[in-house]
Amino acid sequence: MSALPLLKSFSAPPICEKEVLRYAGCREADENILALLRSCTEEAAECFTYNVCYRVCDLSVSGAVCDFGAFSVESETLSQNLSASSRAIIFAATVGTGIDRLISKYSRISPARAVILQALGAERIEALCDAFCREMENELGGRHTPRRSPGYGDISLSVQHDIFSVLDAPRKIGLSLNDSLLMSPTKSVTAFIGVS
Amino acid sequence: MTFQKFLKSNIVYLDGGMGTLLQARGLLPGELPECWNITHPDVICDIHRAYFDAGSNVVCTNTFGANSLKFSDDELSAIITAAVSNAKRAREESSSPAPKFIALDIGPSGKLLAPLGDLDFEDAVSVFAKTVRIGVAAGVDLIIIETMNDSFETKAALLAAKENSNLPVIVSNAYGEDGKLMTGASPEAMVALLEGMGVSALGANCSLGPKQLSAVAKRLVAASSVPVILKPNAGLPKSVDGKTVFDVLPDEFADELSDIIKAGVRVVGGCCGTTPDYIRALTEKTRSLSPVPVTEKNITVVSSYTHAVSFGKKPVLIGERINPTGKKRFKQALRENDMDYILSEGVAQHERGVHILDVNVGLPEIDEVSMLKGAVAELQAVCDLPLQIDTSDPVAMETALRRYNGKAMINSVNGKEESMREVFPLVRKYGGVVVALTLDENGIPETADGRFEIAKKILAVAKEYGIDKKDIIFDTLAMTISADGGAALATLSSLRRIRNELSCHTSLGVSNVSFGLPNRDAVNGTFFALALQSGLSAAIMNPYSADMMKTYYTYNALSDLDENCAEYIAHADEFTLAPATTEKASATAEISGAESELSRAVVRGFKEKAAEITKELLKTEDALEIVNREIIPALDTVGRGFEAKTVYLPQLLMSAEAAKSAFEVIKSAVSGAEKKTSKGVFVIATVKGDIHDIGKNIVKLLLENYGFEVYDLGRDVPPEAVLDKVLELHAPFAGLSALMTTTVPAMEETVRLIKEKAPWCKTVVGGAVLTEEYAKKIGASKYARDAMETVRYAEVMVSK
Repeated sequence: MSALPLLKSFSAPPICEKEVLRYAGCREADENILALLRSCTEEAAECFTYNVCYRVCDLSVSGAVCDFGAFSVESETLSQNLSASSRAIIFAATVGTGIDRLISKYSRISPARAVILQALGAERIEALCDAFCREMENELGGRHTPRRSPGYGDISLSVQHDIFSVLDAPRKIGLSLNDSLLMSPTKSVTAFIGVS
Repeated sequence: MTFQKFLKSNIVYLDGGMGTLLQARGLLPGELPECWNITHPDVICDIHRAYFDAGSNVVCTNTFGANSLKFSDDELSAIITAAVSNAKRAREESSSPAPKFIALDIGPSGKLLAPLGDLDFEDAVSVFAKTVRIGVAAGVDLIIIETMNDSFETKAALLAAKENSNLPVIVSNAYGEDGKLMTGASPEAMVALLEGMGVSALGANCSLGPKQLSAVAKRLVAASSVPVILKPNAGLPKSVDGKTVFDVLPDEFADELSDIIKAGVRVVGGCCGTTPDYIRALTEKTRSLSPVPVTEKNITVVSSYTHAVSFGKKPVLIGERINPTGKKRFKQALRENDMDYILSEGVAQHERGVHILDVNVGLPEIDEVSMLKGAVAELQAVCDLPLQIDTSDPVAMETALRRYNGKAMINSVNGKEESMREVFPLVRKYGGVVVALTLDENGIPETADGRFEIAKKILAVAKEYGIDKKDIIFDTLAMTISADGGAALATLSSLRRIRNELSCHTSLGVSNVSFGLPNRDAVNGTFFALALQSGLSAAIMNPYSADMMKTYYTYNALSDLDENCAEYIAHADEFTLAPATTEKASATAEISGAESELSRAVVRGFKEKAAEITKELLKTEDALEIVNREIIPALDTVGRGFEAKTVYLPQLLMSAEAAKSAFEVIKSAVSGAEKKTSKGVFVIATVKGDIHDIGKNIVKLLLENYGFEVYDLGRDVPPEAVLDKVLELHAPFAGLSALMTTTVPAMEETVRLIKEKAPWCKTVVGGAVLTEEYAKKIGASKYARDAMETVRYAEVMVSK
């Protein structure tokens, strides 16, 4: 495992309106919704930051147990995903607290805006993860598996504790975990990627 | 020599990184470095000694993460005591001749404070207080609070340090590349907050290298009247051939910091990636520099959790609308604990261009202490303007100031002994700019001389409490000219004297001047102009008044305070026209001419239009008629469309919001006149441990639209609190939301409690992770897939 968690900051990936609408539960959009979407996008534009902290580590998979050195995870979902990989990237990504503030503001005074902003936040964090994964593929080479997060399949949410402690996420990117294993800022992702 | 004395006339050298060095000595990823104080005391002591030997004046104990969230009380006590003793041993063993101090190191708790996270402010204060008490007992020279990326948590730690020790406290924050803390505070906002609470030095550390942090350091130096700290990383960590290296080497690091010391920074050291070699290079390269004196900046400034607002250059507008005086609708909102109404007043004033919001929620029949505390917290969750805490109750004032995230404006103190005795200690402890009214035990002097004398007395007493005059703003009290033709002149003349002879800033509640006269706005606007010309710095005013805003924008343009008259031009057409509707012309055209305009405005989701039409209709029609003929059928159309999946959630909500704005007009018009008719009471909450609340708020909006009375307990609500409210209101319904699998047990517990203690109450549950099956399993009366389903269920149940 790398001695220290590493950091990457990204500039804003282009926004995919279609994705935002999908997260907002709109299969199609009339001009009212589009106007709302654009006004939300404009208001939120300045509030995002795009930060990732990560470690690359050696990996051994035996049965359902994935051993990352500092900790191991027992999960069918994850071991299947990582079975062909000899190394893993463990990362935490966040788009910051600004969008949470906006969502909470509008959730009180205009839920329609809140729903769109919520969707925008979801689209932004996924876009950040995509950008990070692309960059890691270029950097490390080899074949990379799709990312898998705690809570997906049978990967226990309690794995969050291990990820947070090896990544020093609160200090590195200001990401924290509450007693219910919920992340703050909420528009954040932690995940594993296998590298072979 | 004490640290404070040393700091006064020297460049102070702090130490460098700890974590990086421990990893080199075998600390494993994920292992807690604080434990090494006990398991590897020699290693810790070696590192501290190496820093002292390299020239550090201050070594920070290895207690960055030593807090009661991570360790039991016994462990914590053992760790911190060992940490201090390791540092003391290092100090004894070091051969360095420089003065040497030990700082109790306090880092972030690792949790985010509410409302963004789930750690309560007072709980955070208690967590830090434990660390402080143990560290102080073990014998340190000062306390350093560092790497904080949230202003609110910084305040909690600082309060804990101040309340549990008399040691000097220095505070350093982690700024990002955007020059802000993660939760949004600018350097100037942090200076306001920290100086207000009496820190000995303040600054920046971690996150970036010296070059990237130099801009932040310079902004801190420009704003701060106390010494500034800079403790940057050795650049950024990079992976080279599988090894982690930092990209700034000792010589370059020392060169960069040398420039920053010349720019006025007085306390320097290193953070992640720096080693004793960095500190040695730094001390050797900068030893001959003479410290730049720290100057008193004399800035009158308040702050929010994002930015600072200073007085003196441009007039500051303080929105007066969050105040029940003379407002029936506002009083009703307070009695009903309708926080959303108060929040919308705040947001709307922000949009009108005010810089600070006055917050007054005092009403004889409500608990002002808890209401003010709640209003301050909720306003700070939705609006980033600084607040003016406006209350005559000192307990409410203290409670609100304590919770306030920033340096607040305080309204008010006056020349009475009792008032000063109550208010000044609060200003001293929590920081703040206090509005001082020029009146005393003998009332308001009629003459300018009389008011001026009171102002001088207030300044003298403030000084005894250690409060500088920059933190006092005088209000020379506008009185109505309808009772005394000379009233305005007396106010203006005392204002001029205070500004010119005492060099203090001033504020006025402008609109009192016109009390009892027709077309008050016209008088207020002109009086405001005269006051500005007399040196007024701020006004508590109504931002919806076109006359007031006209004076503000024109005064700025005429006084060379508005470059290229840009702001004036942007607002010029607002002073003459009726408030413009924001909807597009095409939409308006489409609606006009229709048989049932209001229905269509609701269906299309036009908020302003719906309110406007309702206002018109109310002139000729009965409120109930409007609701039944127009609004309810429109809501039904949209609701059915949503159920048939031809209308999507955002559209449903836009309609619901339009309906709400129509209801709001009706409510204001009939406020107090009619008794409310309600289909039934819903107590709703997001369950304990969960902080998602959009879903819950959507349900609330729709239930209210359909005539249910909703009592919203908010998010992260303990099961007992839901039950208590259900019992208190004998509510027939409780709506519970949970988004996480980990919080479903809390929902189950809430349902169980209600079934046991309030068996009449139907529990409706929803949220992303829930299913019909799961709802059954936890014993809920109903699983609702979405807000419409909740409404339909409730309607069926009440009709039974």
